[in-house]
Amino acid sequence: MGYVGESVRRVEDPRFIQGQGKYVANLQLPGMVYAAIKRSPYAHAKIKGIDVEAARNMEGVVAVFTGEDLIKGTKFSSPCGAIPCGYVPSDTKVPTHHPLAIDKVNHVGDGVAVVVAESAYTAHDALDLIEVDYEPLPAVVDAKAAAQAGAPLIHEEIADNTSYHWVLGNKEQTEKAFAEADQVVELDLINQRLIPNAMEPRAVTAQWNKFDEHMTVWTSSQNPHIIRLLLSGFTLGIPENKLRVISPDVGGGFGSKIFHYPEEVIVPWVARAVNRPVKWVARRSESFMTDAHGRDHVTNCKMALKDDGAITGLQVYTYANMGAYLSTFAPLIPTALYITLFSGLYKIPAIWGETWGIITNTVPVDAYRGAGRPEAAYLLERLVDLAARELGMDVVEFRRKNLIPADEFPYQTPVAMVYDSGNYKGLLDKAEEMAGYQDMRKDQAEARKEGRLVGIGVSGCIEASAPGPSPIVTTLGSAIGLYETGSVRVHPTGNVSVFTGSHSHGQGHETTFAQVVADELGLPMEAVQIVHGDTDRIPFGTGTYGSRSAAIGASALVKSAEKIREKVTRIAAHQLEAAVEDMVYDRENGTIHVKGSPDKAKTFAEVAFATYYAADLPEGMEPGLESTTFYDPSNFTFPNSAHIAQVEIDRDTGEVTIERYIAVDDVGKVINPMIVNGQIVGGVVQGVGQALWEHGKYDEYGQLLSGTMMDYALPRADQFPNLETGRIETPSPHNPLGVKGAGEMGTIAATVTIANAIMDALAPLGIRHIDMPLSAEKLWQTIQSSDNGGAN
Amino acid sequence: MNIPVSITVNGVQHRQDVEPRLLLVHFLRDVLGLTGTNIGCDTSQCGACTVHLDGMSVKSCTVLAVQADESNVTTIEGLAQDGKLHPMQQAFWDHHGLQCGYCTPGMIMAAVKLVESNPNPSEAEIRHGLEGNYCRCTGYENIVKSVRAAAGAGD
Repeated sequence: MGYVGESVRRVEDPRFIQGQGKYVANLQLPGMVYAAIKRSPYAHAKIKGIDVEAARNMEGVVAVFTGEDLIKGTKFSSPCGAIPCGYVPSDTKVPTHHPLAIDKVNHVGDGVAVVVAESAYTAHDALDLIEVDYEPLPAVVDAKAAAQAGAPLIHEEIADNTSYHWVLGNKEQTEKAFAEADQVVELDLINQRLIPNAMEPRAVTAQWNKFDEHMTVWTSSQNPHIIRLLLSGFTLGIPENKLRVISPDVGGGFGSKIFHYPEEVIVPWVARAVNRPVKWVARRSESFMTDAHGRDHVTNCKMALKDDGAITGLQVYTYANMGAYLSTFAPLIPTALYITLFSGLYKIPAIWGETWGIITNTVPVDAYRGAGRPEAAYLLERLVDLAARELGMDVVEFRRKNLIPADEFPYQTPVAMVYDSGNYKGLLDKAEEMAGYQDMRKDQAEARKEGRLVGIGVSGCIEASAPGPSPIVTTLGSAIGLYETGSVRVHPTGNVSVFTGSHSHGQGHETTFAQVVADELGLPMEAVQIVHGDTDRIPFGTGTYGSRSAAIGASALVKSAEKIREKVTRIAAHQLEAAVEDMVYDRENGTIHVKGSPDKAKTFAEVAFATYYAADLPEGMEPGLESTTFYDPSNFTFPNSAHIAQVEIDRDTGEVTIERYIAVDDVGKVINPMIVNGQIVGGVVQGVGQALWEHGKYDEYGQLLSGTMMDYALPRADQFPNLETGRIETPSPHNPLGVKGAGEMGTIAATVTIANAIMDALAPLGIRHIDMPLSAEKLWQTIQSSDNGGAN
Repeated sequence: MNIPVSITVNGVQHRQDVEPRLLLVHFLRDVLGLTGTNIGCDTSQCGACTVHLDGMSVKSCTVLAVQADESNVTTIEGLAQDGKLHPMQQAFWDHHGLQCGYCTPGMIMAAVKLVESNPNPSEAEIRHGLEGNYCRCTGYENIVKSVRAAAGAGD
């Protein structure tokens, strides 16, 4: 019907704009009680004793449990296991992570006890009556410091707090490139810790049916089937066929709701122990100290160059902060989603990268929008800017000179990836043209004469999306394949239910997936309904992250729809007494007719009913009309971008004004331009947040200094102009839709684009690099202490 | 000791005895079951819980239920009239002013009062007027477009 490519208004919106979103916190069950968790105020301390008696005796308190209770079990609730890591490259040392701490706490916010009470207010009151006897231990929060000899040891089994060491590339070739280089640029940088802050705090509700021994868990998760798998196989021990995990409407994730969290174990365990439905909803302060954080790298990097502007080598050493435990996908992020992207959009013949994954007394760090790829883009594009400056070349020209040419795809990088498709020069040309780059530079020169600090930032970034196929990602360390399931069920009267293992938490799958299936079957969109987020309704799923839903989740639906078309065509041929190969499935109107005889036709609905009536089907054919596909992609996809920003820094205050922001992206084929544009714009704003304001900051004792929204500066409406967005489309050959993924490109590109713009503005002051966030205070201090001070 | 309050919400009067410390947002969500008003923070930063209290746009996590005694409250559930979406709701739908939807009720409630007090706001005025409401998904751009459209529609 031609929905794909159209900006169809979202079908999920009516419930959200009328306050009917089905978030976990909104769920109310008869007899429900409320959980609250006692958390450690220390970053590192021995637990010498916990006295819960006063809390237990408080009026309205139903029960109190400690970590010991959870691992020993009670008469009604069997022992629970430690939380596993789902991505373990060989030789990785995984610390034991109990849902509630036992003997020792390892970060501020580590849970030590859970209270269940008749009201949420009472549960929180009772927390104050729990006495925990702590013996504080020295803490370490910085990854590089934690890896040094003599640093406090956090888990005895992990020497030097070093969980893993991961390398990729060609060391000898890279060393040779540096030995033969005309010039080398080097940079020590910190990619600061971020705190995701999805607007909906995490929440878990659980209901135990003791007669059927069946557990239902509602959790704000990006991948309910993975949570069910981990609950069944590792933590809760209830088999999948007795365990239903529902992830209804989820208020944003950005990676932070991928992971298996302690509360997903504690709440159902407690529900079984007290035999009542239990609800836990994080307060925002708990989100800050328990949701997995992002980034937090300490990096040394350098780039080898020839005088003619060719990049010949790249070498990167990174200490990646893992926090106190290994979160579900933590070791993946600074390794296989980071070093593999060091080639960016460029032909770089020799690359070598090493990462040390370090345990510290901080909240675990895992995937946060972009996940490894923004860190790679940041160091590469900062080096590229510095290199151009050292060589006296324009930053756009320097980039253009080193781009991978459009006729060299598929392109094998020196760091394992094979890029699918692209037109990087076309991308950069378009951004340059939309920006009016040459005029921008002229205006900048005029502004500089007036002493104004105007900067232009440019970036060209790559993303690896939709990881796969499964044999590759499991070889790299994933504990599960990364295929996706998609089922298409045609009901007797011809309308369709679609079941996807992808999960929508803002991406609009109920719209885009319906566009795809409606087009595949030739139906009006209204005839197609998308179901997601329920393990009892969907065969299996690996969830939504890594910009994978369109590329893998929707591709699974395309494959299932193909099978439906094939069956429908065979039935129509049989009933019209024609050969199957003479049939035409008209996807414009959902009819199946004999070639050359449009009147000899069956409608989709007629055939659908015939499959259930089942009186006249081809011999040997089963009744019913339903198809399931487990779609495993042939390779990653590689969205790419060229972004240009213009900023001005107020000399007197250090405040940055973003004057213009041009974003040109290639996310492959586009299903819904309105939604893709929304993803790009939202992503850019989130990326700018890292460049200018956001910082998950700890003091030396491991106290989180930016632990509330008063202290952690999120982007606000009044800090942005309207963005200027553009697109080029080079379809990915790695999936049937030709899509590449749109969820993270904006974030990956925006951080370094703005950082480059600010460094460009400060260049006349002789400033080469400042670590993010580039806050007004930091810029003002820098300007004051520069060679010519704040003077014009 | 519980305190009796009488609060009219979306045109319906509710008489309840409440704890003095009960927040208006918990009164709406937990006592009345009106869960359209979301909670996004505990420091009155995010604006997800914005409702109208006697004609003012307020963050309902910063008002005690007892302070709302004898008051009129409108929540997102009370905005559409006679089955017809409020122009602001319609504009958010038409202009993709939401993604995950969690900030949306508060954002719409704040935007309605913004346009009431300034019927033809400039883009800068809209951005300034909504700085007390966080959205982590949209980057605000389509929210601003939605508000402009709703204002243009003659609220």
